[in-house]
Amino acid sequence: MRTITYSQAGMEAVMEEMDRDPTTIHLATSAPQPLTDAFGTSRVRATPIAEGAFTGIALGAAGSGYRPIVNWSMVTFSFVAMDQIVNQVSKIHYMFGGQAKFPITFRTSCGGGGRMAAQHSQNPYSMFMNLAGLKMILPSSPYDLKGLLKSAIREDNPVISFEAGNMYAFEGEVPEEEYTLPLGEAHIVREGSDVTVLALGRMLHDTLPAAEVLEKEGVSVEVIDPRTLVPMDVDTIRASVQKTGRLVIVDAASATAGASAEIAAVVAEHPETFAAIKAPIKRICALNVPIPYSPTLEDHVFPDRTKIVDGLREVVAT
Amino acid sequence: MTITAEQQLGMLRQMQTIRRFEERASEDYIAGAIYGVVHCYIGEEAVAVGICNALTRDDRIISTHRGHGHCIAKGADLNRMMAELYGRRTGYCKGKGGSMHIADFGIGMLGANGIVAGGIPIVTGAGLAAQLEEKGRVAVSFFGDGASNAGPFHESINIAAAWKLPMLYVCENNLWSADTEAAGTLAVQDVAARAAGYGIPGVIVDGNDVLAVCEVAEAAVKRARAGEGPSLIECKTYRQRTHTERKEAIDTRPPEQVEAWMQRDPIKLFVADLMSRDIINDEAWEKMDEEIAQEIEVAVKFAEESPFPEPEEALEDVFSE
Repeated sequence: MRTITYSQAGMEAVMEEMDRDPTTIHLATSAPQPLTDAFGTSRVRATPIAEGAFTGIALGAAGSGYRPIVNWSMVTFSFVAMDQIVNQVSKIHYMFGGQAKFPITFRTSCGGGGRMAAQHSQNPYSMFMNLAGLKMILPSSPYDLKGLLKSAIREDNPVISFEAGNMYAFEGEVPEEEYTLPLGEAHIVREGSDVTVLALGRMLHDTLPAAEVLEKEGVSVEVIDPRTLVPMDVDTIRASVQKTGRLVIVDAASATAGASAEIAAVVAEHPETFAAIKAPIKRICALNVPIPYSPTLEDHVFPDRTKIVDGLREVVAT
Repeated sequence: MTITAEQQLGMLRQMQTIRRFEERASEDYIAGAIYGVVHCYIGEEAVAVGICNALTRDDRIISTHRGHGHCIAKGADLNRMMAELYGRRTGYCKGKGGSMHIADFGIGMLGANGIVAGGIPIVTGAGLAAQLEEKGRVAVSFFGDGASNAGPFHESINIAAAWKLPMLYVCENNLWSADTEAAGTLAVQDVAARAAGYGIPGVIVDGNDVLAVCEVAEAAVKRARAGEGPSLIECKTYRQRTHTERKEAIDTRPPEQVEAWMQRDPIKLFVADLMSRDIINDEAWEKMDEEIAQEIEVAVKFAEESPFPEPEEALEDVFSE
């Protein structure tokens, strides 16, 4: 199978969907050249650097029969558009009694690890999970990004695609032929029987080698990529924990009120799953600080292979 | 003036419908049949009616927290509006929105909006849609003097001007941003002056003169449909009531200011004008008012007889299925 980058996979998804549906338009502070070449400056707009305005414009265009794809670029820039995201986008379908559809895809790069410091590094998806009315995907590979993004664009609701900024050059296998991945289905990346690891987004790539280390120590590790955070595939997660009895969650966001907290809760509050738990749930997350600049500081903040191996050993020892 | 006598009578009817609808909404709110908060448009009817009569059904508008007037001027159904205020399942939003969130996408009314300036970018997106679909539609943003001080106003008008979107930005300058006098928070005397910063026409019009408003709107609509871009229209008007309805409302505005504007009531002015031109007489005006009162009664009855939503319906409509 051919290999393309995460960045190329995202562009392919947008190109294919814009080609498929003439009501699809693209709004971002810079217009990607391949899109402009293919679809023209009418459908591919370079906006002013005014996130609040172009987020709202996308919402109004969506409510007027179009299917906008918005690229906020850095997720931290989306905070400039918070009124539009929180008060308008997430509530509009419900508040108006479901009388119109608002199909919008918001692409954004999140993460850290790029020495970009606090205002250009963050994984704030749980802030948005706390709102009702937004779906969200967290693609961990070129294959997942393309398949999930295509589904997101076809979805009749607002979807945020949280893409790992430091993965855009990351290569992976992506088939030539058309495919989509459904929202709301987790991916069991590696089967195992002793411990379940929920690895969110780019953390998958630190978790898989850690699972190999544990494998050599005689521990069978199941690794699940949730793929979408809303809707979350709770059934797959619970079934895995019922099988292994142990749960570790690895997230590049902080643990406080994070996606990791939500995953731990949906597992722990479920009677049959709770009954199967043999060890305390372990969260291996970013430290709860703004992301610092210096390499020694930033590397200390995020989970890495060593922290994941240590965490897994601790949990299986219980 | 291209507005026929028949159209003018239609405009008067709409203005009086807004007036009677809100008088009743206020009464029912005080009586406890309507919940939350009600912001009345009374005194500003000439703006919504003047602007919307320069539009077609296909054109799109967005409103503010003070939205009943825009809904009625765009042709919304009184029964479904009143049912929404009453929190009933038959309301425009199935009881999920209330006074501040009435929308009717079927008639191009993209919603009242509870956040000051929040709707301006959204309706600018309707302007973008209008430009893309090339069917000659325009989009109209209604907002107040307060919103003209907020970022979304400036960001949206900049984009609309840069892209020549078919838009009307209609400022209802009622001199008060909630309970604060606009003069103290606006850096310029006239909101229309802000148009110069975006290279678009900025027009000031007497917001209590419905025909003047309509005339200005027609020119701006013509310009927008011709692909020449957006216009900013500042309608100088006044809210006759306090910011929200209250049982014992305290009006912090100078009584002489309120009184002076009461003398310039847009409906009284328009009726006198129509009478002076023999388009309506006392008898016909009385009959029209009675018919409107009857429609309001029907709407209230419809609302009262409609069921409340079942509690579980709270879980519906988060997403489009």
